[in-house]
Amino acid sequence: MARIIVVTSGKGGVGKTTTSAAIAMGLAKKGHKTAVIDFDVGLRNLDLIMGCERRVVYDFVNVINGEASLRQALIKDKRCNQLFILPASQTRDKDALTQEGVGKVLKELSKEFKYIVCDSPAGIERGANLAMYFADDAFVVTNPEVSSVRDSDRMLGILASKSRRAENGEEAIKEYLLLSRYSPERVKLGEMLSVEDVQDILSLHLLGVIPESKSVLNASNSGTPVILDEESNAGKAYADVVARYLGEDVPHRFIDEEKKGIFGKLFGKK
Amino acid sequence: MSTDTEAPIYNKSALEFKSSSFSSPVLVIHSTDLKQIKHQLKEKIAQAPEFFKNSPLLIDLKFCNENEHPLEFEPLIEFLHKEKLFPVGVSGANEEQKNTAFKFYIPLHTIRGAHAESKLPPQSTTTNTAENTNKKSSDEAINTVENMLITQPVRSGQRLYAKGDLTILSHVSAGAEVMAEGNIHIYGALRGRALAGVQGNTQSRIFCSALHAELISIAGHYKTSEDLDTLDQQKPTQILLQDQALIINNL
Repeated sequence: MARIIVVTSGKGGVGKTTTSAAIAMGLAKKGHKTAVIDFDVGLRNLDLIMGCERRVVYDFVNVINGEASLRQALIKDKRCNQLFILPASQTRDKDALTQEGVGKVLKELSKEFKYIVCDSPAGIERGANLAMYFADDAFVVTNPEVSSVRDSDRMLGILASKSRRAENGEEAIKEYLLLSRYSPERVKLGEMLSVEDVQDILSLHLLGVIPESKSVLNASNSGTPVILDEESNAGKAYADVVARYLGEDVPHRFIDEEKKGIFGKLFGKK
Repeated sequence: MSTDTEAPIYNKSALEFKSSSFSSPVLVIHSTDLKQIKHQLKEKIAQAPEFFKNSPLLIDLKFCNENEHPLEFEPLIEFLHKEKLFPVGVSGANEEQKNTAFKFYIPLHTIRGAHAESKLPPQSTTTNTAENTNKKSSDEAINTVENMLITQPVRSGQRLYAKGDLTILSHVSAGAEVMAEGNIHIYGALRGRALAGVQGNTQSRIFCSALHAELISIAGHYKTSEDLDTLDQQKPTQILLQDQALIINNL
């Protein structure tokens, strides 16, 4: 049976799709057969971040409606043969998703895949609810600022009460915190919440801190999951996240300000 | 002038609506045999005539309507009136019984939980008799106070309601709302709203490890976060009601 991971946040623009792409690629590169599904029907983005937007023929909604088979709709990644992408439909809206249909697709994928990553849309409406409903694990992506933290808190409440596991009285969804766009310099200046501040409010298992990094935008623009940029801090941080999720003991990085050498100070490289 | 005497002075209100709760015996009917009901009810009343004298009564017809033949409701009401019992509500009635109830100005109720679901022996026609009222009330104090224990954080947007005391072993997030008819104990920070004694119990209190609440209320007397700014908020705190004012103490 596959493990179903939902990447969620409540708030928009915190890095859900970036995270979905990165961890799906990370899991696949570790040799696990992984599918990543875009639940943001109508605002399709994952295909762009994954760099497969020109290969989309059929989509998630087509599969739900029985207009295409899963095999036809899944796009095999060109960089890693263990990774498959199921894109969202751009011409439909969230009402095209049904609980029954989503359940059927996930069940079919479960037979073949080890991990299924569900990229949740923002909000707490239908799309987000269906993305998390069948999940086993939840990656809650949060930015270190109050509105994002509060929205994540709200999402955690929904995860605890409205998922399949909650409704069937099974073991609760495992929740992990992923703190993204973190900038130790700005935390020091008091402009941003610290890891401790966020943990104080959310009390969640911290899976990793992703530092604010220019490489994320560059990666998105070029359609390469940032985890493949092994030189960048964000890429390294995502690699750590994947390793920790798979049970490896990796110390946390990027929480404290980097000590810059004399050249770093002179050229201010981030 | 006549109009002056008829028009009351409006600066003082002559009435107000208040919400309060009281207990009343519930007569749960299991049989449709009116003769049997009358006979057993008379026996019960004879056991404790003072208890039943002019007593209000709720009638629960849910179980007797599970029988094939419906109960003739009108003769039952007339009999109760004759015995100086005053039905103040009917629950579980069918359409015909509802119409009869309206005819006698008896409102319809829904009895939730305990009474409607309780498995009473079919012979007993009342839930409360005087001979065991004392024993029963002490039992009920244990059984009907439904305390609630929460071990997880209460997240933003979640609402909890406890019919007794509410104990939370973690924090209450901003945007969450916890309510209890009794006390509220929070072994973490209170950042959301906490309302104790929501049914009017002025003796109930709120306890928390750190007070950053959006709102605190006891029996309807409340304070918002604006009023709480001056306090030392990191310390364990209790909130109680004294002379209609909320008192906030560090423990």
